[in-house]
Amino acid sequence: MKGGALPAAVEFGLIPLLNLAAALVVTALVFLLIGVPPGAALLSLAEGAFGTGDGIGYTLYYATNFIFAGLAVAVPARAGLLNIGGEGQAMLGGLAVALFCLAVPGWPWWAALPFAVAAALIGGAAWALVPALLQVRRGSHIVITTILFNFLASKLSTWMLVDVIRAPGDPSPETMGFADSLALPALATSPLNLSLLLALLAAFLAWLLIGRTVWGYELRASGESPAAARYAAMPAGFLQVLAVCLGGACAGLVGVNEAMGVEHRLVLGFTAGAGFVGIAVALMGRNHAFGIVLAAILFGALYQGGSELAFDYPQVTRDIVIVIDGVVILFCGALEQLWRRPVTALWRRA
Amino acid sequence: MASSDPPALCFDGITKRFGAVLANDGVSLAVASGSIHGIVGENGAGKSTLMSILYGYYQPDAGRILLDGRPVRMLNSAEAIARGIGMVHQHFVLVDDFTVLENIALGTESAFRLGPSLAAARRRLAVLEASYGLDVDLDTIVGTMPVGLRQRVEILKALYRGARILILDEPTAVLTPGETAQLFAVLRRLAGEGKTVLLITHKLREIMAVTDRVSVMRQGRVAADLATAETAEAALAALMVGDALADLPPPSPARPGPARLEASGLTLADRDGVKRLDRVDLVLRGGEITGIAGVAGNGQSELLEALAGLVPAEGALVWDGRAVPRAGRAAALRRLGLAHIPEDRLHTGLIPGFEAWETAILGYQRRPEHAWRHFLRIGASRAETRRRMEDFDIRPPDPRLRSAAFSGGNQQKLIAARETAWAPKVLLAGQPTRGVDIGATRLIHARLRELRDAGTAILLVSSELDEILDLADRILVMAGGRIVGALDRAAADERRIGLLMAGLAA
Repeated sequence: MKGGALPAAVEFGLIPLLNLAAALVVTALVFLLIGVPPGAALLSLAEGAFGTGDGIGYTLYYATNFIFAGLAVAVPARAGLLNIGGEGQAMLGGLAVALFCLAVPGWPWWAALPFAVAAALIGGAAWALVPALLQVRRGSHIVITTILFNFLASKLSTWMLVDVIRAPGDPSPETMGFADSLALPALATSPLNLSLLLALLAAFLAWLLIGRTVWGYELRASGESPAAARYAAMPAGFLQVLAVCLGGACAGLVGVNEAMGVEHRLVLGFTAGAGFVGIAVALMGRNHAFGIVLAAILFGALYQGGSELAFDYPQVTRDIVIVIDGVVILFCGALEQLWRRPVTALWRRA
Repeated sequence: MASSDPPALCFDGITKRFGAVLANDGVSLAVASGSIHGIVGENGAGKSTLMSILYGYYQPDAGRILLDGRPVRMLNSAEAIARGIGMVHQHFVLVDDFTVLENIALGTESAFRLGPSLAAARRRLAVLEASYGLDVDLDTIVGTMPVGLRQRVEILKALYRGARILILDEPTAVLTPGETAQLFAVLRRLAGEGKTVLLITHKLREIMAVTDRVSVMRQGRVAADLATAETAEAALAALMVGDALADLPPPSPARPGPARLEASGLTLADRDGVKRLDRVDLVLRGGEITGIAGVAGNGQSELLEALAGLVPAEGALVWDGRAVPRAGRAAALRRLGLAHIPEDRLHTGLIPGFEAWETAILGYQRRPEHAWRHFLRIGASRAETRRRMEDFDIRPPDPRLRSAAFSGGNQQKLIAARETAWAPKVLLAGQPTRGVDIGATRLIHARLRELRDAGTAILLVSSELDEILDLADRILVMAGGRIVGALDRAAADERRIGLLMAGLAA
């Protein structure tokens, strides 16, 4: 029986492409409205993102953060919980990485990396633990608590970077630079560094955990049907806490990329909204590891290409770039069903 | 009734397709005015689709409906009601906090002032009640009424809206035998007064008891259309399934073993402090099927949940002579070898978004057959699911299809296959064949017998008295959260159980 399901190539290939095409058409209309030639502008955007080695480097550097942030949303989402706290969890991950790196100035990067990763994981997970426990034990809605924890993380970071670990004599809220030996290997002139491989590894491990392990199975079961999970005597509360903490741990890894890979110090506000982009990435990647990697690259390209575009056309302001991001999120995430029905109908007829 | 009268209702070549599934395939049948017409068929035979088309929920792809010989088109249920078609749903659609009168007047009251419409409604209802013998106190709050009376309110509501053709979808599923008999008396009176009744049911005995004609549907078509007086239950069953089925052989004598699971003083109060379970004592022995009879809602569901450790009931549970502590009880019982076919299959027994094989390991995901250390054995689990699909004739036999895409009967088979797969020591079976067709019911019953003979202690909760009389070695009757009677199978008959169910000592 040729029932509900579409073949994977259509489901994960054709439909997202159609969504993206629709988003580009609307973007072209926006360009027309502000007097920018749409064809040339889209070309400029694509070239900015993928045209040069540096462009690709920047695109993938952004994508690294977005993979971590996307996983931070996707893993809890599979357990039925919406983690909005990626931003704050990333800040805590960064703080933990910085504290560790400042403590071990003489170490080579390869010896320090496992500990820095562990610090980032623990920092992010710890910041996610309290909202998770409040949800499971007290029923406090995790969307609210994680948003509040973003504010707390921001205040904590400010206090730490202004009053506690600021470089002596430096007027800006940042730590002193880490030892040179601690810098992760990077592509020459772009911020792209080893963290990308870490992000791909994290995505792979998330896929393995969610799809292939008993824990992942139980986690998905409690997300899809709490009643069925209870019936099957699964430890639903524990699984929910676990999922949210794993998400927080992924967000924490943004700190490795930024602090150890790029800035070689901790700078206030280093997350730059990556945690929130993660929500869009997870939405677009349908909470699936592979989809998240693709969506993260797409958003990386939009970030990088968008800034090139703003450079080429003065009419294209920062706000217009945000409009483009928004249109992509709208079509690829929220209107994800737009083409499903006609495509399904066509497929059935064929 | 003159034979030249056009039939009250006529389906003419109704065809309806859902995607690849042909739900109705050229269905033609006529229902005489003032008759009770039964429609029987397996799950997915197309009964519900046909009724939904009649009630305006769906439009047919081909064919037409004639009322009193005139073709009509009904684009929604409001039009169907306006043309005199009334539906008594399986699940009542009544506002619990309203009185009978308010419920019936709901949606038909005029303008802004309620008082005069209610007074007018009361006058009309008095006439209706008198002419059809439907006694209901119009000022009772519906939520406080027993199920049988609520159903009467639904019938009255349909009549109030001018129904000439009444559709009843599985009307006896929630009734005691006594209430069923009363319902049938009402239906006969309605037919006598010229109303036409369409009765959709699984229960062939009821078809034989009350209908004038019966149509058997199979795979979207009318397989037979017979005068009830000229057929018999066995013949109808054969027509439904397509070939004659062997009856369940008489059971071998039970050889009850030692007590496997003992409950004493199980008590559970709901949020309002009403005791859903009241000091229930129970012993389940290996090699024995204990049946729980009772009208739905008298504590059977809570008993199942309490025995499975899913609700924190007071009282003790003892497994093989050892107390099972309340903390972590559900997980401990599963580890000890408890299986549970839950009453609510869609929300509890399976996960709609999961593929069939994922549902087929729910609760058993840590068994070595399904997992190696912490990793799922996906290939092996899919193969196991495919085997079960062949054993239980689950269609379509595709382990990767989403669980929600199976029909209700096939979902139930998937769950029954899972819970009987690993030779459980205790099996709690809640309504194991509800909504399941004859073929699948036979399969599940045979499986329960097999397990019992292999030494499993089985608790069978069913609202089908026939099922309990067929299978149980020992029958307990529940009413008001308590066990009000215990009978040996030999001593049990429907009348005695019925009296106990109604809360009257036998």
